[in-house]
Amino acid sequence: MTDAIEGARPDAAGRPSLLAADRRTRARNAAERRFRLYGMIAVGLGLAALVVLLSTVAIKGAGAFRQTYVSLGVDLAEAKLDKTGNRDIEAIKKVSTFGYTPLIQEALVRKVDELGLRPDGMSDKDIGGIVSKDAAAQLRDRVIADPMLIGTRTRVDLLATGRIDGYFKGRVSLASAERDSNVTPDQIRLAQALAEAGVVVTRFNWGFVTRPDASDQRPEAAGLGVAILGSLYMMLIVLVLALPIGVAASIYLEEFAPRNRWTDLIEVNIANLAAVPSIVFGILGLAIFINFAGLPQSAPIVGGLVLTLMTLPTIIISTRASLKSVPPSIRDAALGVGASKMQSVFHHVLPLAAPGILTGTIIGLAQALGETAPLLLIGMVAFVNDYPAAPPEGFFDPASALPVQIYNWTQRADPAFVERASGAIIVLLLFLVAMNALAVILRRRFERRW
Amino acid sequence: MARHAPHIADVKVSARDVNVFYGETHAIKDVDVDILDKTVTAFIGPSGCGKSTFLRCINRMNDTIDIARVTGEITLDGEDIYDRRVDPVQLRARVGMVFQKPNPFPKSIYENVAYGPRIHGLARNKAELDDIVEKALRRGAIWDEVKDRLGAPGTGLSGGQQQRLCIARAIATEPEVLLMDEPCSALDPIATDQVEELIHDLRRNYSVVIVTHSMQQAARVSQKTAFFHLGDLVEYDDTDTIFNNPKDSRTESYITGRIG
Repeated sequence: MTDAIEGARPDAAGRPSLLAADRRTRARNAAERRFRLYGMIAVGLGLAALVVLLSTVAIKGAGAFRQTYVSLGVDLAEAKLDKTGNRDIEAIKKVSTFGYTPLIQEALVRKVDELGLRPDGMSDKDIGGIVSKDAAAQLRDRVIADPMLIGTRTRVDLLATGRIDGYFKGRVSLASAERDSNVTPDQIRLAQALAEAGVVVTRFNWGFVTRPDASDQRPEAAGLGVAILGSLYMMLIVLVLALPIGVAASIYLEEFAPRNRWTDLIEVNIANLAAVPSIVFGILGLAIFINFAGLPQSAPIVGGLVLTLMTLPTIIISTRASLKSVPPSIRDAALGVGASKMQSVFHHVLPLAAPGILTGTIIGLAQALGETAPLLLIGMVAFVNDYPAAPPEGFFDPASALPVQIYNWTQRADPAFVERASGAIIVLLLFLVAMNALAVILRRRFERRW
Repeated sequence: MARHAPHIADVKVSARDVNVFYGETHAIKDVDVDILDKTVTAFIGPSGCGKSTFLRCINRMNDTIDIARVTGEITLDGEDIYDRRVDPVQLRARVGMVFQKPNPFPKSIYENVAYGPRIHGLARNKAELDDIVEKALRRGAIWDEVKDRLGAPGTGLSGGQQQRLCIARAIATEPEVLLMDEPCSALDPIATDQVEELIHDLRRNYSVVIVTHSMQQAARVSQKTAFFHLGDLVEYDDTDTIFNNPKDSRTESYITGRIG
């Protein structure tokens, strides 16, 4: 510091030395350093929030991708499943899941006794209780798909109940089981012993992304299949409707429409529409598409239409911005060689604006994918256990959607659904990341063409 | 007519009482001018005098500006180009334009030149189109530099090359009049020299109108010169006369460097 003060001493002509910063310069530099610090703090806070959010979701949701199964050889007794013995599919279908439950219990009890693991005084019913109620339904589906299995001993992986599954994931302990009416400590001890014997195993849970939702009592069977399909159908509808309509509208407004009071009014309204809360679009969809047009509730077609209305302003605004950013000299060049207005737009302006349009569209789609509020109003929050059919009929079948499924699961009592909801958030985030990555890749690819 | 006494058959573009308004601004005031065929005509004058505006009237590029309004009569070979029945697109195929800043399309060199002939249906097949492209590039004095890389992007060329490419693109559609709006203002002296030589050659086939800020350039390349000042056409005569024996004091002030 003393050096600086000495250096600042004026020379013979009274000019301050360049080697020392004067007071104004020091103040300016300090201000810049402070601003940089604020900036770094802001970025750091943002990153920290993101890390906390993502790690919470990842920790809570990772369990949803693993599932505990009881691996057993089940005797599919002909006497119980096909009394006539001629493998008539209609007769086999008449046997409900209640016909299968005893077979599963029987197989499990036999296995437990074989290994000599039965805790003192534990009933057969309690032993059977470690297998999910949904396992019988899954076994029945399998038999109906392949009636030749009847009469054989078939090796099947049966879902364990949510509590047993929770024990292997650390959600349930022996202590908590004491106070739990859905599971006894004996069942947990038995499951632990079976796991050591290799009968109870934990594997990757494909069912979570393929199977439909399940009821409140069967969290272990709940999956995202219907929600993913529903979201996919809606995105398809949004893409097919919003992209052409949005791009056509913006090209007309930007390149052809005269500038007057009407186009100003339209412009203001588009900007306002982009800011309308999404739930308002839901009410609009309920009033127009369901009550007035009579489209079915909970159907992807209605969801898709509502999300299209929501996405259109985003696409129009980003398309107009990218059309505006094409240098006017390109338009002049095209008109100068005698291209018509439309040729100049479609041959020269649109290709240059394409990366921006694509990015805008994908960001609009990503927004629509994560949208929940309007879907609640059009009935997509319903419990849907059947897959929608293939398009186009499937657009009219009831379906769920990813964000709505998350909302739905967070409402349920069983803590196993918290894990499912976090897992669903991970799936939704993966879709969003994939879409944004696609936007970046497309942008790079198209911009590389000079 | 008696003012310049041109041979009537030689007149390519004729303007009478042309006024241009940009909103409230009166940019061009009662301009009368006859532009001759196979002649280079230079428009000179200080910035904002309306020479570019008038140039853009000749191929109706002002149509693309909403607030621009043109009155009066401009004829090409005796036909009024502002007639209601005239499609500006057809007009622009006959009146080509080269702009101040080189503006090649962000496509290949070949595509830049082939675009005009293609949209006007001038070639029946690929071989004919290749011929047209080669001829235009040769006349644009850039063939030797680009013949080995016709597929390379036009935007990758140097400024001077880009401008010659733009000239080749403009002449590929075989226009009758070529309008050049300060074609050398973004170029260095060597590139300028090449473009000027090119303009000299183009005169054999086209009527060329060039707007320029450089009086030396006007003197070098043109046979006729028009001097614009504040939207008025002050003087229009042979280039020699304008530079050596101007009739109007404003012209004299401008070329001697006292105004502008």
